[in-house]
Amino acid sequence: MEGRSDHPPVHRETRFDADVARYAARAKGMVASEIRALFAVANRPEVVSLAGGSPNISGLPLDVVSSLLSDLVLQRGTVALQYSTAQGDPTLREQITDVMRLVGIEANPDDVVVTVGSQQALDLVTRIFCDPGDVVLCEAPSYVGALGVFAAYQCQVVHVAMDDEGLVPEHLENAIRTLAAQGRRPKFLYTIPTYHNPAGVSLSPQRREAILEICHRHDLLIVEDDPYGLLGFEGEPSRALRADEPARVVYLGSFSKTFSPGLRVGWALAPHAIRDKLVLAQESATLCPPAFSQLAVSTYLANHDWQSQIKALREMYRERRDAMLSALDDLMPPSTTWTKPKGGFFVWMTLPEGLDSKAMSPRAIRERVAYVPGTAFYADGFGSQCLRLSYCFPPPDRIREGVRRLAAVIEQELELRDTFGPFHSGRRKGVESPGPDLR
Amino acid sequence: MSDLGPVLVLAGGLSHEREVSLRSGRRVAEALRAVGLEVYERDADAGLIPAIQEDPPSAVFPLLHGTAGEDGSLREVLDLLEVPYVGSLAAACRTAFDKPVAKTIVSAAGLCTPPSVVLPHETFRELGAHTVLERIVARLGLPLVVKPTKGGSALGCSVVRSMDELPSAMVSCFSYGEIALIERYVAGTEVSVAVIDIGDGPRALPAVEIVPDSGMYDYTSRYTAGATQFVAPARLPSAAAAACAEAALVAHRALGLRDLSRSDLIVDADGVPWFLEVNVAPGMTETSLVPLAVESAGLDLGVLCRDLLHLAADRAARDRGAR
Repeated sequence: MEGRSDHPPVHRETRFDADVARYAARAKGMVASEIRALFAVANRPEVVSLAGGSPNISGLPLDVVSSLLSDLVLQRGTVALQYSTAQGDPTLREQITDVMRLVGIEANPDDVVVTVGSQQALDLVTRIFCDPGDVVLCEAPSYVGALGVFAAYQCQVVHVAMDDEGLVPEHLENAIRTLAAQGRRPKFLYTIPTYHNPAGVSLSPQRREAILEICHRHDLLIVEDDPYGLLGFEGEPSRALRADEPARVVYLGSFSKTFSPGLRVGWALAPHAIRDKLVLAQESATLCPPAFSQLAVSTYLANHDWQSQIKALREMYRERRDAMLSALDDLMPPSTTWTKPKGGFFVWMTLPEGLDSKAMSPRAIRERVAYVPGTAFYADGFGSQCLRLSYCFPPPDRIREGVRRLAAVIEQELELRDTFGPFHSGRRKGVESPGPDLR
Repeated sequence: MSDLGPVLVLAGGLSHEREVSLRSGRRVAEALRAVGLEVYERDADAGLIPAIQEDPPSAVFPLLHGTAGEDGSLREVLDLLEVPYVGSLAAACRTAFDKPVAKTIVSAAGLCTPPSVVLPHETFRELGAHTVLERIVARLGLPLVVKPTKGGSALGCSVVRSMDELPSAMVSCFSYGEIALIERYVAGTEVSVAVIDIGDGPRALPAVEIVPDSGMYDYTSRYTAGATQFVAPARLPSAAAAACAEAALVAHRALGLRDLSRSDLIVDADGVPWFLEVNVAPGMTETSLVPLAVESAGLDLGVLCRDLLHLAADRAARDRGAR
């Protein structure tokens, strides 16, 4: 019963976005993603999420933190609630040098720039070094948040292969030479040498030397991202690259995994000239990092036995890592392989030949288990045979249940492969990793 | 109409379309609040039944998409709880949600629907995928559309233009569901027609024409604002527009649907609408088709949703009176 009229209908066109013609080219990839939508289910209690990278902060002494924050507001409220400096609170920067000493770094607090999580440190570093089209070298796979930053600045990411000992020096050498033959020079190497996200491996001491030597010979800057360095399960923390090459390495650190991701406090330690630019870049980005968060971290470090707290976190994550590796050993079908992390949060799994982790995701969600498909960790569409599993958040019994469900999903996908042949999904559409709040 | 007390918008659920459902729920809840209703939003989880039993709403607006939301199971539970709700009864939802069953029924009612084959994974495994796929292509030709028999938002749906692409499309499809619908691709104008019934009989709203920039109205094209051009009413000759409206009404009636539905159609070069599928809980997000059709008809989404809730509440009151 549409309304009858003598006039022809007016055809109204819409795209539900009046600004569609105004976006910058870098916004082109910011689209709705089918894979991202699947993660919406993952926070429901029925689903075992092995997808998120949130630290499990339930072990934090919340009563202590509450009392410290209350005292902070009462005693230093006019400072904590005021602007800070762009470089960050001087006392906190001193304390950050104490933290970095644990990974072998001797630093001057003047060379530390406090940032809104180490994610912002990476953003600022990329902002001051990269023009559109510049090349950045990254491990294959690499941290999804870093790939997001590089995409936002329209960098070209060139991946360099890893193995169980981390970045492979020969491949790094080859990548630099190949680029040089094309008349191109990478702006920097972005690397997570210790307890890699997502690969779960660490650069061996011999490899660290070799990587530093190659970068020295080719005069290549290194951006060392080290959010998990203090969360090792065996022995002393690994020595940071920055400890041996202060002039060549920008070191990024974070309190997100060792204290609180909600406070968003990280830092960059950089050679003087770079530091000066980072401070100015910070000022234009945020004016200053949040004073309250900085003082909260500073108060916590000054008044709580934070090193014992980190030890307790290590024990908790070790138990979860053990639960995951044991479940994988017991339950995974043959031809499935995975890394065996000695710290950090993640296991990197390689599926049997012909299986595709992105195509498998909907089935996994149906079976109430979530992971992150490997393609999220590559800028070039690779990684479809791999996936990332997190053991940081669920308790051990849930981890085992999640692995059991995942094994069943893989078995079903193997049947599909046997029926229809191998499958490889195409290049990604939109973001294929979960948001930061996914547990 | 009776006075409506607090109403419940149900959104979320555990289907692949959870995110879409949550967005639909927020949109409808806001529209209802804007017309003065007291609205609660809830997920369909273990707390739902106790919450409804403790504090029964005047009526429920179910906006769960995908399985449970659209296959009738949630509505069956609402019936058990004797809570009035907007939309079709469980039995009709079961029929409409199963695309091949719906196609059979609307075809018997006189609508054109693309020829298709419906097969589970087991058939391909037991009889050999290649030979079965070859027969399908020989019968239906190319291009083809492969999709799960149940589900929405084009999840697991592919357009296949060559035999080589078919196995991958099957794998994508079977990741979302156990049974595949393989349908002949019909070229033409893609339109969607909403049918509403606020107590005076089903009425088709103006068809909305869909022109995705990518050429494929997939998940990204559906839920990225700006990625698809929509035209309402669709740029169709008046006879074709009337045929679309009639087709949606025929589908709505033949499937025994109630209150609200949305039929997806392709209008071919001769102006003939081909029925693809019908939705009993159509999307209500910022980029969804029904709100656009409602606006194109000169209606207000909040007023329409409120009227549908009134209708549901009155219907329940009448039923209770009849018992």
